[in-house]
Order: sequence, then C-alpha cells, then structure tokens
Amino acid sequence: MSATLTVGVVTFPGSLDDRDAARAVTASGATAVSLWHGDTDLKGVDAVVLPGGFSYGDYLRGGAIARFSPVVAEVIRAANDGMPVLGICNGFQVLCEAHLLPGALVRNAGLRFICRDQQLTVENASTRWTSGYTEGETITIPVKHGEGRYVATADTIAELEAEGRVAFRYQGGNPNGALNDIAGITNAAGNVVGLMPHPEHAIDLLTGPSADGLTMFTSVLKSLVAA
Amino acid sequence: MARVIVDVMPKPEILDPQGQAIARALPSLGFDNVTSVRQGKRFEIEVDGGDPLDVANRAAEAMLANPVIEDFTVRIED
Repeated sequence: MSATLTVGVVTFPGSLDDRDAARAVTASGATAVSLWHGDTDLKGVDAVVLPGGFSYGDYLRGGAIARFSPVVAEVIRAANDGMPVLGICNGFQVLCEAHLLPGALVRNAGLRFICRDQQLTVENASTRWTSGYTEGETITIPVKHGEGRYVATADTIAELEAEGRVAFRYQGGNPNGALNDIAGITNAAGNVVGLMPHPEHAIDLLTGPSADGLTMFTSVLKSLVAA
Repeated sequence: MARVIVDVMPKPEILDPQGQAIARALPSLGFDNVTSVRQGKRFEIEVDGGDPLDVANRAAEAMLANPVIEDFTVRIED
C-alpha cells in the first residue's frame, strides 16, 4: 500500500466523525488530508470521505445546507470525473441532497435515535469502496442516527435493485424502516458510495464491535493502486 | 417588498412518523375527531425586486424542498 495515496476528510461546521474517519484512513495505510467546508480545491487528494455528524446543525434537512458548500461543489465535480467518494451517515445525506446518489434519508420510522451494533449484508462487492468484501458477506458495524430511513420512488428502488446498486442491506432487523432494508447504495459507476452505518467506528476490536469497517478504506486504496 | 409564503409538505406516499405521533397524542387531550396529521414546514420569504413568486419558486426547487420526499406551494401573503 503506497503511503503517497491521500484521502481527504471533509469537516463541516457540526461534523462529528471526521477525526475517526481520518483515523480509519491512516489505519488503512493512506495519508488523511483535512478539507474544510469552505475550501475551493481538494488539495490533490485521491479520494474523499464525507463524514458523519450534523453539518450546519441539520438545519432545513440533513445535508441540505452542506450540499451547497464550496468544497462539495468540488467533490461533485471530482466524483463525476470518477474520484472515489464515500459518504457516511450525514455524508450519505449530503450525497443524496447533492444528487450524486438517488433518493433521500428521512426520520426513522420509530422516531427514535438508534445507536447499536448492526449486522449488514454486503450486496455489491464490486464498488471502489467494497471490493475487499465478498458478496453476501455479513459484517457488523455501528449505526447511530435519527434520520436514516432510506426512501426513493418505486422506479428508483426498482432501478437500484435491478442494477445491483444496493451496496449494503440491514440484516437481523431494520433499524429505521428503510425501504428494502437499504443501508447503503452506490452510483452506477461504483465510485460514489453512501451508507448510514459507520465503518470508521469499526476498524479496531479495542473500540468497535469488529474491524469490518476498515475494509472499506483498504478497498479504495487497492482500487487506486490498481487504477 | 413582497412577502411570499412557501409551504413544504411531505409527499402523501412518504411516511410521516412525526405527524402520526401527533395524531396519536391529540385524542388524549380530548381531540377525538382528529383522524390524521401531516407535519410540514412554512417559510416566510421577503423579496425585494424581481418577480417574487418566481424567486420563491426557484428557491423552493433548489433548496427549501427536496423533490424526492416533499411537495411545495408558493403564494404571496395577503
């Protein structure tokens, strides 16, 4: 794994998990680069992570204000050129609001904030962020959100299912009422992935339920080396 | 200066657990006739110049509402 590979981690006002995301990047063998919401360039990074939290206080809708920040304009441009982008939790909401991924994330069906270790089925192991997994593999990583219920039009859901673009599905109980138990999806090209659960909180057995989340960060490095 | 009201509501097919929770709580206060509640957002926008309705419409489409999950209506305040 080349130490010269760099992965940017964006910090918005209200981001919470940027430090854990940067730590996961470092643990995967890459160099983490801090990006600020007001940045107008991506400092030459090879990939970008939009972390969890409550960007701009979740005002209006989760991710709705962050989506218009200067750095996200650059992320959209880079993603459309093929750069790997991972959105975790609030980052997933930003990707949906930015239309890099279809659908939206709304209030949990049970109205409760859910914080627990969650089993997921890896449904698509061919994206830039999931290639280190095996299709059908079960992984365990934490979820922690109040607005994580994935919804989209029936046509969009059918398209995601038909094209194999559901990346992760909740297993052993759907925490939020997401349609089709969808926990994470990918764009058609496989470079943009968003998910509600937190892989960056599951990179070390000392502090997480597993180290299953680290594979997302090592997957993208392998794909960058191969590219 | 025109004041424009933008009402944003969850689409009918989108589950509205907040509205449902309110609807379940109202009977305990004696509101036995309430059969359904939907919760949305109201924006009051002041527009100076241009076509206020057009400005509010474009703002609603671009940011105030998410067309995947919400519908909106725009009107000039009486």
